[in-house]
Amino acid sequence: MSPKVNRVIKTASFPGRYDHLIKISEFVTQAANNICFKDDAIYAIQMAVDEACTNIIEHAYASEGQGDIQCTCLIRDNELTIILHDHGKPFDPSRIPEPNVFPRLEDRQSGGLGLYFMRQMMDKVEFRFDPPSGSDPGGNVLTLIKRKEP
Amino acid sequence: MEIATIQYKQCDMAKVTGRIDSFTAPQLSDTLHGFTDQGRYKILLDLTDVSYVSSAGLRVMIDIQKICKQSNRGEVVLVCVPQRIYETLELAGFVPLFKFYDDVSAAVDGF
Repeated sequence: MSPKVNRVIKTASFPGRYDHLIKISEFVTQAANNICFKDDAIYAIQMAVDEACTNIIEHAYASEGQGDIQCTCLIRDNELTIILHDHGKPFDPSRIPEPNVFPRLEDRQSGGLGLYFMRQMMDKVEFRFDPPSGSDPGGNVLTLIKRKEP
Repeated sequence: MEIATIQYKQCDMAKVTGRIDSFTAPQLSDTLHGFTDQGRYKILLDLTDVSYVSSAGLRVMIDIQKICKQSNRGEVVLVCVPQRIYETLELAGFVPLFKFYDDVSAAVDGF
């Protein structure tokens, strides 16, 4: 009987730059591989994290090179929790409209897809903003959870 | 990501290899606008060797499609779309907005 993965935590910090999206993707993929997710699930995780980090750079930091993204992967037996922490402006997901999926080309707006994909790809997506307190700069905390299919 | 372009008599082709994400999407956008800026609106996008497309990539595709389809002057068609990327297009509701081909010659002949 193979040993069960009880709880493993891996944390790394990445510059908030688009050329580092691939490195963040590799980091979470390694974590996901610990739990033997199927390929489709790993692709979904990669997509969700990529979209989340893009949003952090675009909205929380307003541009590249303004701050780091801390990524923590909590690996449990059948579940991967990814926590993304930035020190940017508060990100309020309720202000992002759902993309319209109507078929007419002229009606299609191109915004809102990133958040929509995150919610489709992961089992749980939670946003929180911690205001600065003392020496703690605070920031956005985004929690993404993917459960392994039985 | 790498992009190879070929100009046919009927259309222009951009063959993309690798990831289309927020880092690489601007390069794709520049290439496709390079066609439309010259008044060439019939574009074939070969995605055979694309491993990943994020919403940034989809934004580029939809923006160029809007430009190309104005006044029925042309369109962007997609060739050899990998299954996962097709599913992403489906999720975004983009499938009805493009024609899909399984090989380049059929796509070129379609123009």
